[in-house]
Amino acid sequence: MSHDGRLLRTAVLVVVGLGLIAPIAIGLWQTGRAAFGILPALGQDMVSLGPWHELADLPGFATSLRLTLVTGIGSTLLSLVLATGFCATVHARMNTSAGARMLTPFLAIPHAAMAVGLAFVLAPSGWIARMIAPHAGWDRPPDIATVSDGWGLALTLGLMIKEVPFLLLVILSALSQIPVARHMAAGRALGYGRGIVWIKMIMPQVWPLIRLPVWVVLAYGLSVVDMAIILGPSNPPTLAVAVTRWFSDPDPLMILPASAGAILQAVIVGLAVAMLMVAEAAVKRLGRWWIRRGGRGSSAEPGLWAASALVMALMAVGALAMVSLVVWSMAWRWSFPQLLPESWSLNPWSSAQDGWMRALSNTLLLAGATVGLSLGLAIAWLEGEDRARRSRAPWAEALIYLPLLIPQIGFLYGLNVGFLQIGLSGGITAVIWAQALFVFPYVMIALSDPWRALDPRMIRAAAALGAGPGRRLWAVKLPVLIRPILTAAAIGVAVSVAQYLPTLFMGAGRIATLTTEAVTLSSGSDRRVTGVYATLQAGLPFAAYLAAFLIPAILHRNRRALSGASAT
Amino acid sequence: MKLSLVFALSLLATPALADWQQTLDAARGQTVYWNAWGGDARTNAFIAWVGEQTKAHYGVSVVQAKLSDTAEAVTRVISEKAAGQDEGGSVDLIWINGPNFLAMKEQGLLHGPFVADLPNARYLDLGPTSPASVDFTVTVDGMESPWRLARFVFSYDSARVAEPPRTMAGFVDWAAANPGRVTHPDPSNFMGATFLKQALIELTPDASALQQPVTDAAFDAATAPLWVWYDALRPNLWRGGETYPANESVQQQLLNDGELDIAMSFDPASTAAAIADGLLPDSARVFVPEDGSIGNISFVAIPYNAANAEGAEVVANFLLDPETQAHMQNIEVLGSFSVLDPARLDDAANTAFAALPTAPALPTLAELGPTLLEPHASWMTRLTEEWARRYVK
Repeated sequence: MSHDGRLLRTAVLVVVGLGLIAPIAIGLWQTGRAAFGILPALGQDMVSLGPWHELADLPGFATSLRLTLVTGIGSTLLSLVLATGFCATVHARMNTSAGARMLTPFLAIPHAAMAVGLAFVLAPSGWIARMIAPHAGWDRPPDIATVSDGWGLALTLGLMIKEVPFLLLVILSALSQIPVARHMAAGRALGYGRGIVWIKMIMPQVWPLIRLPVWVVLAYGLSVVDMAIILGPSNPPTLAVAVTRWFSDPDPLMILPASAGAILQAVIVGLAVAMLMVAEAAVKRLGRWWIRRGGRGSSAEPGLWAASALVMALMAVGALAMVSLVVWSMAWRWSFPQLLPESWSLNPWSSAQDGWMRALSNTLLLAGATVGLSLGLAIAWLEGEDRARRSRAPWAEALIYLPLLIPQIGFLYGLNVGFLQIGLSGGITAVIWAQALFVFPYVMIALSDPWRALDPRMIRAAAALGAGPGRRLWAVKLPVLIRPILTAAAIGVAVSVAQYLPTLFMGAGRIATLTTEAVTLSSGSDRRVTGVYATLQAGLPFAAYLAAFLIPAILHRNRRALSGASAT
Repeated sequence: MKLSLVFALSLLATPALADWQQTLDAARGQTVYWNAWGGDARTNAFIAWVGEQTKAHYGVSVVQAKLSDTAEAVTRVISEKAAGQDEGGSVDLIWINGPNFLAMKEQGLLHGPFVADLPNARYLDLGPTSPASVDFTVTVDGMESPWRLARFVFSYDSARVAEPPRTMAGFVDWAAANPGRVTHPDPSNFMGATFLKQALIELTPDASALQQPVTDAAFDAATAPLWVWYDALRPNLWRGGETYPANESVQQQLLNDGELDIAMSFDPASTAAAIADGLLPDSARVFVPEDGSIGNISFVAIPYNAANAEGAEVVANFLLDPETQAHMQNIEVLGSFSVLDPARLDDAANTAFAALPTAPALPTLAELGPTLLEPHASWMTRLTEEWARRYVK
């Protein structure tokens, strides 16, 4: 049995090493070589710092860098503060699983689709301005930069609308592992305000459980491309967008400074995470002193209520954005300052049908393949851990998070060169592989906790009845875990659908998905067709979540103990 | 029997046409990946129609790889070359012109010369100074094949604007009177750069200097009046000239939203087409500066490592068919002006062009005025670099 387990674990390790880690290493290596002047195809074979000097001299470089730092770090910290404040105010008053369900649309919708909707809602001629227009007497939209503004505020807002629900979900799941009610009662009995109990007692316990997800949010915010193209400033854009553009400059030698920028992007994320670790250490020290001082801090309450109100406002804007996608997809003429379209038509759906059908089927194929592969690997990995009776080593945990912490732009160009050398680029295989790098970590993370929480008595009972490891897996673990497995699959679908850069770089522009089309169309003139793609793009992950909810409910309709979280 | 027929045909055919038959045979069953900017739904629909036709007539399928910038396809070919993939490349056909063509031609990334081999090239005026032979002053040398005519035009909403500017110089006063109501796409985009070039041609002391490759001294002398003009215009641009629409489609959307009063296009029919599609108000109209506007031809080129070069040639040839060009010029389809030389067409073809439908927002060739020559491609690169150096902070 232990031999079998070792074989399984070795196989998983080899697949993870060759399939996930090697591509990232190769990609970083190739990009890094170009960043230091080595690009043999263009006759560049001298190691030099030239690309870095060129990078620093590119117009707007300093501004791009500043924008990246402000929007990436700003959106992460604000999201964290708001999500914490919201949980502090609302947690005791709401049903956790109902709350998580309310978050689903916000988690399911890809960043690009949300950005497309927000670009309309926030624009000077957008929905919010149209609501104000009759009262303010505007006959034409005001000349104010409310999207693509020079400060990156719209981009920050867009990121927050996506990240706050994600952090809320992460915090809610962390809270389920902490006796919140007991601590709250103890704290209140000692005369502490509700908010201060949260900050002083609950959050220090929550933080270690949400630290990695916060890093992921930070890395994402610093390197996002699709949302920044749509909502961010353009003159100059954020560093990640600028680097993406430099990679496709007509002058091929721009690949050198672009590669330097891509490596810089990775360094920025590394430094930002390091900064967060330093801040954590500092807060730890200060926090002890602060806690010992014993302030009861009832004055924190208004701040918490403000945070909750802001979260609700963010959700409202996000919901408007989602609705606007659907409305636009069915509009014919909808001009300022009309609140609703003057004329409706299903023409955007029917005239672009060939296009969206192809994009939809590509997207479905990619989601199916990447989620299938990722789920298979994740189950093999977890089963390997079970058979070895070992918990996960910290390095293995780091391995899982690696693809989520290294900016995509940092290694995708180099990986494409690597794929070209083995003749893989431009095909569906290359895109599946590249997407799976990002789908697998999420599937793995989503499945790990429920897998470990499986009641060991069931396994022991099965073993006592003579079932071998294989049968225990197929006949006991997988059926019992069907709900978390489907949930992990739904999360995987959402991640796959949302992938922009990997699809663009590896697909040679040939593999059109809902996301690549929506981003391309968002720089076109027809918001109605963009609405069609963005609606589908948001609808697909949502349908996956719905299926993950309904299938177990139907399969287990007569198994009360298996019908999921609602039973406990 | 079949063999002897082929033999007989080959005796009848001229050598070039016999080659063409070989091309047709090789092309049958190929799928051509046509890399084309995907921001315009009508163009996308036209490309899809082309694919249906070539599939039916020649067994050649067309798949459009939709680009947000043509440079993406150029980069792709370069990275394939970087990886030593000298055949079986992923790009078969590129909608291209100007700097992207210059870059690919200079680096030997193109297949050809092939244009003279296309049977329908006989309808083209390929004289040495014809727009079909010179792309941004760079000689085409048969390395790219024309497919649609582009003329720089402005569009405006006649319901809001009584009198649009008559000259590029006039934009300064017009913007001062209507602050925040006009702008241009980001000059890193083709259309934004064209706006600057259009102004440069009008304002520069000696426009003929622009036909030579740029030098430092010539650049400073030629562009000095342009920067004076732009510094006066910029404060009254949309968003105070701090930010710009990404491309002309975004700007057209801003015109439709009422955020702007003026948009621009490289397609004189785009305004009428947009009205028909519900993308601009019925009151939208076209205007061009009094002294004329920049014009050029859009081409298709085939990368040196294209996997389906024969199929790509068949598509390029189909695009030059008089019936295709008349279909393309139809305002209900695409509305792009034909690249064929009317003098070389037969009566039936000319009648087909004359019978095409018209629309209130569709200018006639006379209304468009004279066509100004594109400056040498090196000017555009220098112009956008200098603009970025001055105004991107």
